[in-house]
Amino acid sequence: MISLSEFRSLFHNGLVKQNAGLVQLLGLCPLLAISNNVVNALSLGLATMLVMASSSGAVSSVRHFIPHEIRIPVFVLVIAALVTVIDLAMNAFVHPLYLVLGIFIPLITTNCIVLARVDAFSSKNHPLHSVIDALAMGLGLTLVLVVLGGIREIIGQGTLFSGIDLVFGASAKSLVLHVLPNYHGFLLAILPPGAFIALGLLIAANNRYNARSTQRARAAIPVAA
Amino acid sequence: MKASAASRNALRAGIILLVFALVATAVLAFTYQSTEPTIARGQQAAKLALLSQVLPATLYDNDLLTSRKSLLPDDLLGTRLDSSMWLAQRNGKFSAVVLEAIAPDGYSGNIALLIGIDANGNVTGVRVTAHRETPGLGDYIERAKSAWVDQFSGKSLSNPAAKHWKVVKDGGTFDARAGATITPRAVVRAVKGALEYFAKHRAEFSAPPAKEPSA
Repeated sequence: MISLSEFRSLFHNGLVKQNAGLVQLLGLCPLLAISNNVVNALSLGLATMLVMASSSGAVSSVRHFIPHEIRIPVFVLVIAALVTVIDLAMNAFVHPLYLVLGIFIPLITTNCIVLARVDAFSSKNHPLHSVIDALAMGLGLTLVLVVLGGIREIIGQGTLFSGIDLVFGASAKSLVLHVLPNYHGFLLAILPPGAFIALGLLIAANNRYNARSTQRARAAIPVAA
Repeated sequence: MKASAASRNALRAGIILLVFALVATAVLAFTYQSTEPTIARGQQAAKLALLSQVLPATLYDNDLLTSRKSLLPDDLLGTRLDSSMWLAQRNGKFSAVVLEAIAPDGYSGNIALLIGIDANGNVTGVRVTAHRETPGLGDYIERAKSAWVDQFSGKSLSNPAAKHWKVVKDGGTFDARAGATITPRAVVRAVKGALEYFAKHRAEFSAPPAKEPSA
């Protein structure tokens, strides 16, 4: 159904080459809003991944029935319906988790990476490929979110994983790491400007890394004059 | 004919969109129908759990959820819309009340509070139910983040005296973290307001429950 090399290229695409947060710069609204600590960032990332995978699979399975001119309204309809279904189901069946994630679920609808992937990939590809592409894209976004959340949490509060007890119950409280003991906090990192600055630095680092690897690749293969 | 081909295409697209909309609506209606009772139960349980956090179980033996009454907006409660209160009874006698109050002067807008007050006017517990204070700075008023709100328990209008119903920085007795004084100041003022509201309306609370709810 899907070859290993296709699988790898989809993941390479999602995690590195077309990373939603660092390269495509899509879905920045929730990314900046929620990345003030690792637990929030990871929760939003996983929820987004779930929505991306299910909407990609759904759109891809009915892609032959969608006329080109009305594809965007249909995609929006499918995504909004799926997000609402997930929101209701989580509220009903995993209520404690919903109390933590609930606020993020409607935010996912505002995330244009979902619509972008559905339009650019799922509407043209087999459901299996589409779901894997969506998972890879979601994973790429989650990684950026977690790194951003980690940086902001350490600089802002001197901790890691604060609030993990809200997800895994009170027994997880001991998992909170006080990276910098007796730290008084640096408010800027937690506020929205801190998100922009940290993301800017991450993008810069990523660009530099990419520029270097292209340079090295160019040096390795001598170009005929 | 070209025009009719175009309009046929538009019609076809419209019908397809309609079908998608119908399917989506059906899926949503079905999901809503099948999850609604569970969600309602969860919300009731969550409400009761919240109420029991500000009211020790030993204080009441009635069904708190059905004791809910509406209160008109009041400056002491900081409310601009109707708010709720729950009347607790023990052995048929008024034992405590849970009031909804708003601290309108938080750092970023309203802070919604749930305040339990026993028949003698002592605070039995305070919980912040909604706020938009700065994460990591002003959000220690949440019980999930710190035990800060616990210091209100057992306090009343005479303990501490009215002029000490302030944060330490303003010469009062209530603790506040350095760097975030606006938030606790607002909460302290709101709890005091709720106690004053209780003092003013105590007679109505402790009156035997009217057979028919008055307007």
